[in-house]
Amino acid sequence: MIYVNGQPTAGMENATISELLRGLDIDPETAGIAVAVDAEIARRGAWPTHTLPDGARVEIVTATQGG
Amino acid sequence: MTQPLQIAGRELRSRLLLGTGGFARLETLGHAIDACECELVTVAMRRIDPAAQGSLLDVIGSRGVDVLPNTAGCFTARDAVLTAQLAREALQTDWVKLEVIGDERTLLPDAPELLAAAEQLVDDGFVVLPYTNDDPVLARRLEDAGCAAVMPLGSPIGSGMGIANPANIVLIVEAAGVPVILDAGVGTASDATFAMELGCDAVLCASAISRAVDPVAMAHAIRHAVHAGVLARGAGRIARRTHARASSPLRDIAEFAE
Repeated sequence: MIYVNGQPTAGMENATISELLRGLDIDPETAGIAVAVDAEIARRGAWPTHTLPDGARVEIVTATQGG
Repeated sequence: MTQPLQIAGRELRSRLLLGTGGFARLETLGHAIDACECELVTVAMRRIDPAAQGSLLDVIGSRGVDVLPNTAGCFTARDAVLTAQLAREALQTDWVKLEVIGDERTLLPDAPELLAAAEQLVDDGFVVLPYTNDDPVLARRLEDAGCAAVMPLGSPIGSGMGIANPANIVLIVEAAGVPVILDAGVGTASDATFAMELGCDAVLCASAISRAVDPVAMAHAIRHAVHAGVLARGAGRIARRTHARASSPLRDIAEFAE
């Protein structure tokens, strides 16, 4: 079990960040997104190889409207 | 006619920055960007909605303006630093409008956390533009920490209360060696003019434009208002007096028979 944007997500432990993104229907090539795993920034270049340990807390963010 | 604004070595012709928050429709945001003739627009960083990705950045990109990510919603230096780092990764910019808020009711900055976050982000190579209280001492501390500008509030975010403490804004302007950008509180065009007349280098507006009855018309108005303020500041206003000073001659006044 991992946690993606606060939601428990089964079956993605040991997946890479790229695999997780595709599983969420997000193209890893999409501009304007960033990922943190357990409160550390995961650089885009590492997404294909960065595997998510059981219990990982993943935040996937993008730009939204804001002052 | 007026000098460009310089922030961290970058030249900006526009002295109006637009916040993208509060626009009911992205199409209106696009027209407002055009009407503002701004070069920087702020965005917030939030959890992705896979169904909605891309469209905001598409609108901003199509207007040829750059994004200035903020750290809105952060209550601690730690969260603000992480959010800025995420924004840098997502948006390929090391500029950040740093916000660290102390409470939800007032949305006023938390000074110790703000200063701590500013120091960490400057060390990490960011160009930091902190949203700060109208506190001349805190503004100086932020400048000393290496911030590229200071962004004092006129009044609380979204309040439309204008510039509550113009004397403090003047104190900040007089002491600052970096640009002063009035942020938050502008309710209408005259507030933006007043900010520039007080000596601010630029104004950031979000709600004043996005939540106006006609956002695009207000964007036009505030662009002209900023320009008017710059011109008035340069022209030099008259001193305030407690008594009248006639502008018509007091001599040779005709006297009429009873």
